[in-house]
Amino acid sequence: MAATAGFGLRRAAALACGQRVGARGRLLPLVAGPRRLAAHFTFQPDPEPSAHGQTQKMNLFQSVTSALDNALSRDPTAVIFGEDVAFGGVFRCTVGLRDKYGKDRVFNTPLCEQGIVGFGIGVAVAGATAIAEIQFADYIFPAFDQIVNEAAKYRYRSGDLFNCGSLTIRAPWGCVGHGALYHSQSPEAFFAHCPGIKRCRAKRRRLDCSYGSSHRPGPAFLPPAPPILLVEQVPVEPYYIPLSQAEIVQEGSDVTLVAWGTQVHVIREVATMAQEKLGVSCEVIDLRTILPWDTETVCKSVVKTGRLLISHEAPLTGGFASEISSTVQEQCFLNLEAPISRVCGYDTPFPHIYEPFYIPDKWKCYDVLRKMINY
Amino acid sequence: MAAGWGLRRGLARLLLLRDPRGARGLGTARTFSQQQEFTSLEEKPQFPGASADFVEKLDFIQPNVISGIPIYRVMDRQGQIINPDEDPQLSQEQVLKFYKTMTLLNTMDRILYESQRQGRISFYMTNYGEEGTHVGSAAALDDTDLVFGQYREAGVLMYRGYPLDLFMAQCYGNVSDPGKGRQMPVHYGCRDRHFVTISSPLATQIPQAVGAAYAIKRDNASRAVICYFGEGAASEGDAHAGFNFAATLDCPILFFCRNNGYAISTPTSEQYRGDGIAARGPGYGITSIRVDGNDVFAMYNATREARRRAIAENQPFLIEAMTYRIGHHSTSDDSSAYRSVDEVNYWDKQDHPISRLRHYMLGRGWWDEEQEKSWRKKSRQRVMEAFEQAERKLKPSPQHLFSDVYHDMPLHLQQQQTSLARHLQLYGEHYPLEHFEK
Repeated sequence: MAATAGFGLRRAAALACGQRVGARGRLLPLVAGPRRLAAHFTFQPDPEPSAHGQTQKMNLFQSVTSALDNALSRDPTAVIFGEDVAFGGVFRCTVGLRDKYGKDRVFNTPLCEQGIVGFGIGVAVAGATAIAEIQFADYIFPAFDQIVNEAAKYRYRSGDLFNCGSLTIRAPWGCVGHGALYHSQSPEAFFAHCPGIKRCRAKRRRLDCSYGSSHRPGPAFLPPAPPILLVEQVPVEPYYIPLSQAEIVQEGSDVTLVAWGTQVHVIREVATMAQEKLGVSCEVIDLRTILPWDTETVCKSVVKTGRLLISHEAPLTGGFASEISSTVQEQCFLNLEAPISRVCGYDTPFPHIYEPFYIPDKWKCYDVLRKMINY
Repeated sequence: MAAGWGLRRGLARLLLLRDPRGARGLGTARTFSQQQEFTSLEEKPQFPGASADFVEKLDFIQPNVISGIPIYRVMDRQGQIINPDEDPQLSQEQVLKFYKTMTLLNTMDRILYESQRQGRISFYMTNYGEEGTHVGSAAALDDTDLVFGQYREAGVLMYRGYPLDLFMAQCYGNVSDPGKGRQMPVHYGCRDRHFVTISSPLATQIPQAVGAAYAIKRDNASRAVICYFGEGAASEGDAHAGFNFAATLDCPILFFCRNNGYAISTPTSEQYRGDGIAARGPGYGITSIRVDGNDVFAMYNATREARRRAIAENQPFLIEAMTYRIGHHSTSDDSSAYRSVDEVNYWDKQDHPISRLRHYMLGRGWWDEEQEKSWRKKSRQRVMEAFEQAERKLKPSPQHLFSDVYHDMPLHLQQQQTSLARHLQLYGEHYPLEHFEK
């Protein structure tokens, strides 16, 4: 279940610069010819946070490292492990940590995902903090049994005699432009059906800061797509963003847009397009936690706007939008003025050369939004 | 996976060459994987993946399954110590504890098996024939050593003094069950006795036990972890994961395989073709031994030495205990459908861990027929008392269906809990509420 090294890092960085990438990640000179688009979204940094002291400019990977650094420095039991984390990780999320904290705290495991998660559960059962890395979310499935049958049920089945609440599984997630079937997947809905674990999609550094702070075995998915060049101000000291709370990124009155991960940036752009082209005011919500999800914030917004569009990269059928849609329909039936729209990936595997056609980009979201407004 | 893999390893290699500390795991102590010197002109293999000489003749390595790893034993079937040097010289008191634990477990098994047959509990799994593996190994451990099991290791808990009431409470899922009645019978767990709660998925506990051993090693506690599993479970991918992680991450763990010849109806000939489980240990770089599982002293000696070395050297050990599953796999299984009564009778009558230890005690004058009779009566009485009490108790409140899913109950679960409570107010008469606590 291995993955390509340097893959995301080099290619993503290069692609973001519009540069061509050759075999083994070498950068090729810019020449005339077809060029890949840099990204299907425009990154908008959050406003600089003021409540948490000194900040520093970081990209997503650096902010993960910073969160892990804080976790290791505050908790002497905390260990980080997975495939290739020792030298810094294939996405550079663990750079420098082994030198700083020692090789018994930041170490490589054999190449075996079911082993990594099982091992992490054991570390947590013994009372220590375990931060496991699965190299790509696509390769989390070999550990599905350990996550669903074991991690999620540990506390319940033992009557709270034992638990693995100090386990966090971190996995890069989502499309990257050219990741095809096994470097692009968004598996959150598979886990959303499993009581006992908490799933979040990290928004920059913040959800990672919750490591070890709450009782939550479960995967945290990080979008690898917004890479090196997209930076924002992040507090240096630890701070926490609560789980199970959505964030209203932008207030609006005509329609509610819900997404998570990279897709939040897409719907933000869609909101701007809707305002400019249609004069429509969109409320943009970043769900942040998949389960237990923030029903209240979403329903409150829909009660106000009367319309809802949910968008995710993962396939439509059985995707988490179905859960949000049916719940909102139950709770906001009298307020809904149009059917709820789901703009998602198609019900196919994630393709290589067809990625631009596959993803639920801003034009697809915009078009569905336009039709919904005219309903 | 193939294409990406090569590329990935290539990158790792480059970094390794630049910085010898860069890409190595924890196990720097053991070897061939250390940085190679490329200065030698000799015809010596330089491959990083193995430390070996060249050979000029084509020769496949043959597995040795006809004459396998020998089975260590201390006393014969008549309870005679074979080699006095290997006699653990346990006190009369300790040997009596062995015997009483094994026989008490056997008595509990008989009563609970019958109670399932009468429909009083939903399910049960006996330990017939494997009592010696439990008690011999448990006695060689420190009481704080963490135990991960499969489901046929109740004797370990019994040796650690787990009360009969609680065994019964779990099987009945009554209010006294620390597990709150959520799991099927025989899925015991006890925090105070360091026995991690049993779960049904086979072998999942193996890599978990390794993680716990790693954490315990970092904690510098003089503790070990022991992980029990059957030979069938050893076919799971998680067994491979656990063995390999334990070796590469240098964990103080004892892998204890109960090889009882069957995984439900599947004989070992359909489970593996190598020399059992013990022969796999060396392939992972794990020190291994095979032991007569019906010889409680052999079990004790092997476990004790493995524990001592596991802690001193931070290394895993593998013990394969050869036994025979005398009972049915479970109460949902009739083993006469796939094996002969003669075969079962041989192990029950000719080579049983309990009778072997009884011979030993009789030989020493530590036990006699009279004591045997009175202990049988007493143990049966104790089990029956616990049994009757357990049966009379109510089940826990149905509200416990919702707690402990998470540490705190999330909003949606609170709502579902309230919803059930309201439902029961209206339709309570259609539910067995009288058997549950309010």
